Amino acid sequence: MSHLGALVLIAVNTALINNMVFHFFVGNCPFIGVSRRVDTAFGMGAAVTFVTAVAAMLSWMCTYFILAPGAPLTNWVWHKINPASAAVVDLSILNYVVYIFLIAAAVQLVEMYVRKFFPALYKAFGVYLPLITTNCVILFVCLEIMKHVSGASGPMYWGLDKALVYAIFAGMGFLIAIIVMAGIRQELDHCDVPKPLRGAGITMIIAGILALAFMGFMGVDKSLESLFGG
Amino acid sequence: MATGDGPTPLERFINGILPENPTYRQILGICPTLAVSNSMESAMTMAAAVAFVLLGSNVVVSLIRGLLRPHLRILVFTLTIAAFVTIADRFLAAYMYEMSKKLGPYVPLIIVNCIIIARCEVCAAKQSVLAASADAIGQSLGFALGLASIATIREVLGFGTWFGLPVFSHSWWPAWVVMILPPGAFITLGLLMGAANWIGAAWAKRASA
Repeated sequence: MSHLGALVLIAVNTALINNMVFHFFVGNCPFIGVSRRVDTAFGMGAAVTFVTAVAAMLSWMCTYFILAPGAPLTNWVWHKINPASAAVVDLSILNYVVYIFLIAAAVQLVEMYVRKFFPALYKAFGVYLPLITTNCVILFVCLEIMKHVSGASGPMYWGLDKALVYAIFAGMGFLIAIIVMAGIRQELDHCDVPKPLRGAGITMIIAGILALAFMGFMGVDKSLESLFGG
Repeated sequence: MATGDGPTPLERFINGILPENPTYRQILGICPTLAVSNSMESAMTMAAAVAFVLLGSNVVVSLIRGLLRPHLRILVFTLTIAAFVTIADRFLAAYMYEMSKKLGPYVPLIIVNCIIIARCEVCAAKQSVLAASADAIGQSLGFALGLASIATIREVLGFGTWFGLPVFSHSWWPAWVVMILPPGAFITLGLLMGAANWIGAAWAKRASA
């Protein structure tokens, strides 16, 4: 399969077939909490996409150069200190701590950058930025990248390009899901929902029906694969 | 800080189970609740992992609460939680390899589970170790209860089993595959939330009447 074909396949797979919200259940807290209006939902989705891309880039670099078993930078430092040692250095026990630190750093970075250079944008999604430190979509993307960088070989191995495409389209999948949900919930304001189900209850049921709809994308990846001559 | 300026340890413990149930009342930690509730076995492993991490981080945060600075608070919480999650993850990988494969990324995702950060923020950062651990145990029981209720419905309807034990015979029960798949999780949780609100409202009405 061509390289471009592989990238398209990753994009479609992440955004539609295995949608973050409807297939992996990550990012549910903002999905329920911030999906009352379409404009705020768009702000949240865009902020998540942006931070996911930045965090994914940082975490790919950290995993590749420092954390993975036998990573070049760590190996070089270790053998500089211990010339006699023949060991392969493995720092992967630190993965989770480093990722969460990177995500917090990325959120801070994006917040400062946006405040300085795009004040209008900052006003639009400023309140959501600190919240997304604890958004599971971002950590999930970092973990997935970790799986495909350390210890993976052949087509399973992801370079920086594949990791970035994956991260951006994971964010897009979240954006699609939260906007669809916000659109439905705006219409729902005019409906007579049974009282106990109002709020989170009916949102979960709608999400279930949407998840059923998204299951319709299953198998699209097979047709794409044959299209690209996989 | 004295224990007096907040709920007592016993109140913290009892509040966690039903009055402030993480799943139904606070609607926190929905991601793992949905993702691992397709069988009782994985749900209970998850609940145990969350209980361990919650207890550990609540105790540590409570011990260092005098040193916390407001702007670095959340970062300290998440790093503490990440350390405990690494321990839980390595333990599962070493002693329960199959289960660790099945839970996959949802064990590391405990780091960003809102229950733990919320409990650190609401309770552990303000109260003594005793109250913080009572709170952790109560909240963990409440979380386990929430997970068990969803997992029971999904496993019984989806596989016809409970904890792997046969409940409905396959000779007459067509297993509802959709309950095992993602849509089943959302719909079950939505209906259960509705039921919880309905029962809660009925109780409140009876109490006031």
